[in-house]
Amino acid sequence: MEDNRKQIIKMRGIVKRFYIGTPNELTVLKGIDLDVYEGEFVAVVGASGSGKSTLMNIIGSLDRPTEGSYILDDIDISQAKDSELSGIRNQKIGFVFQTYNLIAKTNAIKNIEVPMLYAGMSMRERNKRAEELLALVGMEDRMHHLPEELSGGQKQRVAIARAMANDPAIILADEPTGALDSSTGRMVMDIFHKLHKEQGKTIILITHSPELAEECERIITIKDGEITGQRKGKGVIAQ
Amino acid sequence: MILENIRLALTGLRANKMRALLTMLGIIIGIASVIAIMTVGNSLTVELNNEFASMGASNIEVLITRKINEEDVSEDGMVYTESYRDRRPTDDDYMTDEMIQAYIEAYEDKIYAIAAYEDVTTTQVKDGQLYANVNISGVNLGQLHSDKIEMLTGRVFSERELNDAAKVCLVSDKFVNNMYAGDTAAAIGQSVHVEISGKSYNYIIVGVYEYKQDSYSFETVSDKDLYTRMLIPIRTAKAITHTNNYSAFSVIGQSDIDVNAFVTETQDFFNKYYERNKDFEVMAYSMSSYLEEMNSMMGTMTLAISVIAGIALLVGGIGVMNIMLVSITERTREIGTRKALGAPNSSIRMQFIVESIVICLIGGIIGMILGILMGYAGVKLIQSTAFEISPQSVLISIGFSMAIGVFFGYYPANKAAKMDPIEALRYE
Repeated sequence: MEDNRKQIIKMRGIVKRFYIGTPNELTVLKGIDLDVYEGEFVAVVGASGSGKSTLMNIIGSLDRPTEGSYILDDIDISQAKDSELSGIRNQKIGFVFQTYNLIAKTNAIKNIEVPMLYAGMSMRERNKRAEELLALVGMEDRMHHLPEELSGGQKQRVAIARAMANDPAIILADEPTGALDSSTGRMVMDIFHKLHKEQGKTIILITHSPELAEECERIITIKDGEITGQRKGKGVIAQ
Repeated sequence: MILENIRLALTGLRANKMRALLTMLGIIIGIASVIAIMTVGNSLTVELNNEFASMGASNIEVLITRKINEEDVSEDGMVYTESYRDRRPTDDDYMTDEMIQAYIEAYEDKIYAIAAYEDVTTTQVKDGQLYANVNISGVNLGQLHSDKIEMLTGRVFSERELNDAAKVCLVSDKFVNNMYAGDTAAAIGQSVHVEISGKSYNYIIVGVYEYKQDSYSFETVSDKDLYTRMLIPIRTAKAITHTNNYSAFSVIGQSDIDVNAFVTETQDFFNKYYERNKDFEVMAYSMSSYLEEMNSMMGTMTLAISVIAGIALLVGGIGVMNIMLVSITERTREIGTRKALGAPNSSIRMQFIVESIVICLIGGIIGMILGILMGYAGVKLIQSTAFEISPQSVLISIGFSMAIGVFFGYYPANKAAKMDPIEALRYE
């Protein structure tokens, strides 16, 4: 695993506590060390309450650790100010949520343009890139459909295209198939594999499904705020 | 970015038409009432000013009035003018040529002209089949100026004719139409014969002036039966009415004087002559002081009602704030998503402030149009001829509604901007 590839994530001794200084003080992450290299497809598995959501929030720069250091694509996140975090999210992270979180009353192409809008791209650039991304996820014929006119699988494909908008360092997918039936879930997973293989994207998949985790190259298990196991996955689609 | 925000706001409004309309209603009513009141107020002021200007608002009227003596004031503070010792003013109580002459000399630099007239009678001039109705009136040169008499042919009275009470006259072009078949040149030098209280008088026509219809009365008679003024020198008229002095006259001041101060000076000047007159004194007044008073009264009234209307605007603004808070709560997940996708707090704040401004601005524009229509209806209702859309009202409605948008949108927008993205994403 220690290879010449670029290190995208380097976490050392990440601790996250909530309600600090109160009797309810809660330590959710208890010293996590995590390394992810460019082009990896990593699964993070764990039961609910294991701290995987908190870890995801920190990886996604939505939150900062209480202790420890986190270097994301050569940027020290633990030292970044709030105002810098939004820029980091915009440029480095592509979020895919379980509930899609497409912006209502805004058509597919405009949804994909949102991260580019915050990146300050011109309208023409945004439009061109959004069309390319829609084609990448096979949704070019649904360009002007509103989210409420799309099926769950179609919405998630649009969301994946949106996550790719600013060509982020990692795609962070939180239970991306959790709300989908198995066949549409399969289709979504295929897109992740395609992005991984064809575009060399670094993907972190957070899931509680052992079958999906098996498809990834590496499986990280979290329990009670600690990494309890790391092993290789098949890295291929189990059929 | 701003454009994108405006587009977003409009999409949001279209998606929630009923709610948007109800939210705007407060702004619409507020702006509409302010604009309507300002329009009516402005139109009234303009009309008032026009009317006063045509009446010679800057002239000072000087007239004889009854003295209010202490014994006339009853215990309840009322003045009963019809008291037992009332007598009518006679020629001796009136202002004399000497007084006026002294006045002119004392205030030479402030007086442009003195206008005085003496109405004689109304009669008909006849010549065989031809006739013309006339109001015979004595005037001085100042009065000709004050009445805006414009000569078509001939000349006005000379100083000598005025001083010597010459038997000359000015007639209207309508008069010439009736008597001389419209040939104004031929009319000059003709002698006009009139009968006044059984006596015969002959006046030589020295000039013809252009008849202008009085803007306050509509003549219902035909041109042929129209009464027009036949003007004679004032002393000529006074000889007929057996008066020497003046019960009233007007002072046309120089344009640069302080009219109100000069009114007081004029009154004080003449009252020196009336110290010993038991029953009468001189009063001077100027329409311009009334005008100023009325203008300021109108202004105060318009302002007062506008303030009340402004309260409606305030309530409307609070409505906007309320709906913005609701909208932000509803869209918590959207805000969380936007933040996750990299929206800085400032963009979120801007998005919602723009939305609030758009709501208020649309409301403001609808309100402005409605207000102008209401103002127009109001102006028509009070049968005013002037309809003035004050340019300020347009600026005020645009500016005010935008200011309300910013003011009442800021708090909700800031609340949205400060949301924790993790909490917002988890919001159900």
